[in-house]
Formats: sequence, C-alpha cells, structure tokens
Amino acid sequence: MSGAATAAARPEGHAATSQRVNDFSIQVATPNGSGSQSSNTVLLRALFQMGLPVSGKNLFPSNIAGLPTWYTIRVSRDGWIGRKKEIDLLVAMNPETARDDVLGLPPGAVVVHDAPLPLGALREDLFFYPVPFDRLVEGVTPEPKLRKLLRNMAYVGVLARLLSIEPAEVERAIGKVFGKKARAREVNLAAARAGLEWAGGIEKRDDLAVRRMDGNAGKLIVDGNTAAALGAMFAGVTVVTWYPITPSSSLVESLIGYLRRYRTTPDGRPTFAVVQAEDELAAVGMVVGAGWAGARAMTATSGPGVSLMGEIVGLAYFAEVPAVIYDVQRVGPSTGLPTRTAQGDVLSTAFLSHGDTRHPLLFPGTVEECFAFGGEAFDLAERLQTPVFVMTDLDLGMNNWMAEPFPYPEEPMDRGKVLSKADLERLGGFARYADVDGDGVGWRTLPGTDHPKAGYFARGTGHDERAAYSENPVVWERNMARLARKIDGARALLPAPVLAGDGAAEVGIIAYGSSHHAVVETVAQLRGEAGLAADYLRVRGYPFAAAVAAFVEVHRRVYVVEQNRDAQLLSLLKLDLPAALLPRLRPVSHLHGLPLDARSVTDEILDREKERHP
Amino acid sequence: MTTPAAPAPAQKVNRLGLPLADYRGGKTTLCAGCGHNAISERILEAMFELGVPSERVAKLSGIGCSSKSTAYFMGRSHAFNTVHGRMPALATGAMLANRTLLALGVSGDGDSMSIGLGQFAHLMRRNLPMVYVIEDNGVYGLTKGQFSATADRGATLKTGVVNDLPAIDVCALAIQLGASFVARSFSGDKRQLSALLKAAISHRGTALLDVISPCVTFNDHEGSTKSYAYMKDHDSPLHELSYVPAQEDIAVEYDPGTTVEVALHDGARLRLHKLEEGYDPREKVAAVARLMETARSGEVLTGLLYLDAKAPSFLDVLGLPEAPLATLPEAAVRPPREALEEIVEGLR
Repeated sequence: MSGAATAAARPEGHAATSQRVNDFSIQVATPNGSGSQSSNTVLLRALFQMGLPVSGKNLFPSNIAGLPTWYTIRVSRDGWIGRKKEIDLLVAMNPETARDDVLGLPPGAVVVHDAPLPLGALREDLFFYPVPFDRLVEGVTPEPKLRKLLRNMAYVGVLARLLSIEPAEVERAIGKVFGKKARAREVNLAAARAGLEWAGGIEKRDDLAVRRMDGNAGKLIVDGNTAAALGAMFAGVTVVTWYPITPSSSLVESLIGYLRRYRTTPDGRPTFAVVQAEDELAAVGMVVGAGWAGARAMTATSGPGVSLMGEIVGLAYFAEVPAVIYDVQRVGPSTGLPTRTAQGDVLSTAFLSHGDTRHPLLFPGTVEECFAFGGEAFDLAERLQTPVFVMTDLDLGMNNWMAEPFPYPEEPMDRGKVLSKADLERLGGFARYADVDGDGVGWRTLPGTDHPKAGYFARGTGHDERAAYSENPVVWERNMARLARKIDGARALLPAPVLAGDGAAEVGIIAYGSSHHAVVETVAQLRGEAGLAADYLRVRGYPFAAAVAAFVEVHRRVYVVEQNRDAQLLSLLKLDLPAALLPRLRPVSHLHGLPLDARSVTDEILDREKERHP
Repeated sequence: MTTPAAPAPAQKVNRLGLPLADYRGGKTTLCAGCGHNAISERILEAMFELGVPSERVAKLSGIGCSSKSTAYFMGRSHAFNTVHGRMPALATGAMLANRTLLALGVSGDGDSMSIGLGQFAHLMRRNLPMVYVIEDNGVYGLTKGQFSATADRGATLKTGVVNDLPAIDVCALAIQLGASFVARSFSGDKRQLSALLKAAISHRGTALLDVISPCVTFNDHEGSTKSYAYMKDHDSPLHELSYVPAQEDIAVEYDPGTTVEVALHDGARLRLHKLEEGYDPREKVAAVARLMETARSGEVLTGLLYLDAKAPSFLDVLGLPEAPLATLPEAAVRPPREALEEIVEGLR
C-alpha cells in the first residue's frame, strides 16, 4: 500500500497551478517527549540555510512526556517572523490531537500524516499525504526505541521532497544539529533519506514550495534566553543566582555554559559565582547582598518568582542597591499557563513591593535587544543604584529567531557613583544619601573599603542623608521625593522608543516586547489591505521617555497593543500622560498565551476603525 | 589589675593600636538589662581583642530586637539591616561579591527559626564563611511578647498563655544541616561567650552561635525557660573554654586527661577543659544525641557542641579566586571580542 495510492484526490478549487512559494507556515504536532525537537531544528535550519526568512516556535505543555506539543515554522519571503495565525502545512504525528488539528486548518492546507491515522476522510478541501513512517524507518535501525525517534527525521525528508528543500541543506543541518555524535548523525541522515526517497515516488498535488533566496544573509538563529545570557556575560556579571522556573531556566543554564567556557582566570578560577538558591526570595536576596557589596549581580525568573521577590526588591529600592532581574514572562495569574507566553507582569513589576516604589523596566523586542539590554540593565542599575527589570517573555526567550550578529560592546561599563579610599581621603567623609549632584543619586562606598569613614548602615527603615535611623517626617518626605526624582531620571537613560513611520498618520500604534513582530506586519497589512496609514512607536523602557507623550500628542487615535487582559502598559501611560491625551488611547489586548499574530491585531484595529467610520 | 608605681596608665590598645572605644557603635535602644546588649559588648570586645579591622567586617541582620543590635557596636563597619528572615541570603550575596569580608550576622529566634527557617537551613548547608549569632529569647520582643519557635513546650507567657508546641533546637538543626561550627552560650556567661565568639571569628565556614539572651520585658518571669533565673539553674556547660590566639605560641601545661585543644582555621586554638567526661565536639552524632538528652531533662547544654575545622566552605566549593569578584577589572569580566565572534559563528 503506497502513500501515493491512498492519497485523496485533489481538493476542488485548489488546483496547484499558482504555487505558494516561500510564504507559508508549517505545524508539526507530536506528543511531548517523542524526540521531535532535533527534527524540527533540522527543518528550520535547512530552510534558513536556503536563505529564507524563517522563525520557529515551540508550543509545548507543562509536562515532560505525553501531552501534545506543536512546533510551528514560518517561512516568509517578506521577512515577517511573527506567528502566522493560519497553518498551511500540518505534520500530524500525534493521534490524540490529529483530528482537531485537521479540523482547524484553512481550506487548501496540506496534511502530512502517519498513515495509520484515518484523517483523509475528515475534510475534502485539504491535501492529504499519508506516510508509512514505521515502514520508512524499518531499514534504518533494528532498535525499536530509536526507530520511534527516527520517524521524526523521516518527516523532515518527506517535507524536503514535497517542498523542494535542497537535500544537501537538510544533510548540512543534520550535521550541525548532531555535531560530533557520529552515530546519531548517520542514522538521522539515513532516516531523512528514507523520507526523501519515499516522497520521490508520490505525486505532488499541493502548491507549497520553497525556492532559494537571499533573505537572511549574515544572520544567526538564536533564542532570546541565549541572547540575554550572552548580554549578561559581556556586561560583566559576576554573581548569578536563580531558582529554576519555566521559561527562564534556559537563560541561566545557557549563561552557566558560556561563563564556564569564557570567564575563568589564567589559573582556571571562575570570575563568577552561580548559586542555585532555595527559592526566589533567596535568589533575589543574594543578588541584593552582592549588589550592596559591589558586584554586578542578577537573577532570572518568571511571574511567580517576581511575586515572591517583592519584599526584597522594595528593600533594594529603598536602601538603594543595584540589582538586575530578568523576568521571562509567562501566563499568570498564579501558576497559570506556565509554558505559554504573555506580557502580564508589567504593571505589578513597575510598582513591585509595598509603599511608594517604582522600578525601571526594559522591554527588549528582539533577540538583538535581549543581548544589548544586558549591558543597558547593569549600567542603569549601578548608575541609579536600584533594581532594574528586563521584561522579556516566553515567546522571545524560548523560541528561535533570526538575528543580526551581536555587536561587541564598545562602551566601558558604567559602575556608577562609588567612592574609593582615595576619594574618602580627599573628601574626609561622605553622606550616603545626600543628593550632591542634583540627580537624586547619592555616592556609595563598598563594604571592605579600607577607610575609617567608609562604612554606612544600609537599612530598610527610615533614614537620613547619613543613613542614620530617622522617623522624622520631614526627613522621610525629603528622602521619598529624592527617590522619585532619581527614578524619574531613568526616562532619559533608558533605551529611547523607536518610531516607524513619518509621524503624520492619524492613527498611531504603541507596542513593546515580542508584540513587535506582529505589529510591524500589522502596519503593512493595514496599509496594504485597507489603505490605512499608521505610525508605530515601540516603547523600550519604563518610566517612559518624553517621546512617548509626544507621539500620543500627534495622533488622533493610538492603539496600545499588548499581551495581557488589563491593558497594563496603557494603564501606566494613563498615570503618565496629560489627562487631555487619555481619550486617544485604545487597548488592543490579547491573552490567549500564543505568540501574538498580525492577523488578529489587524482585524481588531480595522474593526475599531470601521466603528468610527461606518 | 594593679600596677603600682606605674605612671598614669596609657589607654589600652589592640594590635592595630586602636582603643576599645573604636569598636563601639550607637547607643542601644533596647531595654535595660536585655541580654542582647551584653552580647553586643562581647562581640565588640572580641573584635577589639583579636584586632579585627572594623573596615573588614560586614554586619548583617534581619528584623527584630536582635537584628537592631548591629547598630549598637562597631559603628565604623559596613552594615545591612535587611528584611525579616532573609539575612542569610543577603550575607551569601555579600560574601560571593567580596570573600575578603568578615561577615557577622545577628539574628533572633523568630527571624531565623520561623520566617527565615528556609534560608537559615540553606546557609548552614552551604557552610558559608560567616559568624552567625542567634540572640535567642524564645519570644518576639518588638511585637510585644508572642512565643517564638524556640520556646519550650510548657513554657508560659506572663499572660498565662502556655506554649504547647515543641521547641526547635537551633543547634541540633544546624549540626544536622551541615554547619561546621556550632555552639550554644548564655548572654550572662561572659567568659564562655567571649571564648566562643573569638573561636567563631577564627573559623572558616559557618560558625553558628545560639546565645540564650533573656528578654527582660516579655520572657524573664517564673514559667519561662529563657529567663536569667532559669539559665542560672539549668545552664550545663560542657567544658571550660579558653581561646588561644594564633600569635601566642606559649606552651601552657595542661592535663591531657581533662583538657583537649582543638585547632581553628587561622591557627588559633580553643582549649576545652572538660567538665563532661567523654564529650568530643568532633563527633556529630554524639553531639546531636547529647542535645536531645539535655533537652528532655530541661538542662541547657552550652559550650562548643560541634566543630569540623576542615570542612570546605561554600566559597571553596565554588572555587572563587582570592580577589573580590565585585571589583575585578573590566578586562577580567568582559571576554574579548574574539570570544563573541566565536560564539556568534557557532550560532550561524
């Protein structure tokens, strides 16, 4: 029974006359833990090596084995790398989800599936290719366990033939993924070839194809957590503490690997300390202890961890200790959807802890910025002597993105206002919390500074300029006003917002973080589909730069796109902007846990625009 | 201390040439007679006598009466009064950043045995080099006298409230968790506490001192097992202690049958004149057993309970360089351009 013989007839109205070339999405559905990850990486890399703009997203369950997993690859000749809402090619390997997966496809989609799954009868408007995967891998290895894994590499071969992916690039990608593991490389090559060969014997009836192009020259493929880890290492981090939590664990694990390789003294000692703490309270406590003692210290976590860190973050804010905290956001509240993406911690993190607190937030929107904002965050934390949060998310952190090579940091580190022994000898002493420079930032000393006037008493209790305990109302108010001034100063220090457009459009869009990739595509869709011009301002830091208010000032309607229910960034804008501008803000909020897609954003904005002009 | 015929005595100074006054701090705001004040005195005396430079010391504390006391001694040292129960994490971070510091943590029974028990446990387990003093009075003083987790079962508050849960034995716990120096003392036993503090300062690893320190306002009455009167009757010292500094190489005659010397990390020695036959502070299992026995009988076992002078500290385990991580030059902590190029190449 050959695949060709059992394939359904060509769906009506979908003659493969006009090909869809270099512009479609692939979704691979497998049970979690079935070993499809390397196959999907090979597929992604092979497409990338053919010069196609690609992105890869893993949609996985909170589970080690068994629950359904989907991996989507988008190929876009126009360079769009946000999630595409519609699936054009489904690889159905998971009996549990296959039926629903097929029923959810748009007409004209292609289904490559395990032959025993009876899917062909479900729809008449799709192209089905049943593949006898068990038989394909039979000849590759006698080991049943390995065979099961290799079924995944066989679909790579089948897809390569169906889509005209160059076999040489598949082989190169296999070489890259399996590296020095010669045996693994060989059997995987054999499995891919078996798939290729089998698919060579069937009739291609669908219209999806790829063709080599020059769409990604010089680029890398990397996930945001790896980029953030590299950013922190090149920012000179010396103390790293963590408590494992999805989706931030791979940031620290990646960092540990790089630190071990690149950060040892000539005699082999580490120039860093990594501690897996007992919980997030301890992780951030160690960061604050280390920051107080002068180290560049960081931790990485996600929403539940940030909640736990609240009290100590408040202490660091008030005692004025530098700290860098990466929040790789996932879906809350509570445990929520731990393996899905969101931007739901923005509001609570901006004001984390009791009393009047406010913290600078950085919003990297690309993996390049995940790298670059490492240096920004440490410089800012030490300059302002306060905790700084890098707000990334699961989509950015754990998925594969194309990126320009990371530029080596050219600027020296800004270690902030620290008085040395020599400074103290010259000055004869210092007042820790005195605003001598008018920017709200005092000068500090580090424990261990060998001068009798170096010591001061850091505390979370009320204190005067000399760090002495004080309950004096005037002293308290003056200190709190200075802290507000200090954090306000971050507006001019944080990465400036990025404007796309000439600023002359009536409609503006504000977005941040991983939403960027959907929004740039939305801007193009609005213009292409509805002739609607929109300027787009990507916010990269909080407190907001002056340019944010200026942007709202010149647009009649401003859509604030974000991945949470309560329009959290919009809420922060409301606290910041002049009251007259507030009616211009409109929330576009998504909270389904899937990476944001342009289609949904575009449709919502167009609907809202139509309401205005029926 | 009579020196007849001597001229007006010069102010006594330590090996750094500093007077005791140099080790004082702010005026205490704790109650008159509070055991914590006596402990502050013993700490500053020990630091003075050992000639520890104040600049090298990082005082860390949590929240509570005990934790306030770091403001009342060694005013020249750096200090961080942190949040309730989280001093261990802050101390860990500070030592990671600068291993040349001498970390002195002051905590209380509420701070370390309830809200901060998790961090306490993991600090002991890591054997972080620091002196960790628990000023243990069995009650929450700043919130006006609620029982803490070290209060003994059956103890009563002034209001008549009876504690019906078992006490956590700080020392037995610390030994089990991996602390390498564990001692118990009493704020009223000047000689013993001084010797133990000096030995703790000479140790490399976590030196835990649980110091019974009566709360004169909320827990010094009949029915309390943490009162001055109770300690007077039930303090059961394991040995008489003398601290012999490393610099003093004087051979003193002692009877090896009744006295043992244990070597400390920095070359100092602690001389234990045995009151209790057969107790060896290097025996972990026996130490815990003895603590459990005395707890049952209502006695309070004091002295050096456990010592492993050679246990690797957390900083040794991490293999950190001698120089503080905090102040390594930029060239040491930012890998060269070629490193980034190599990494980027690998991601293509």
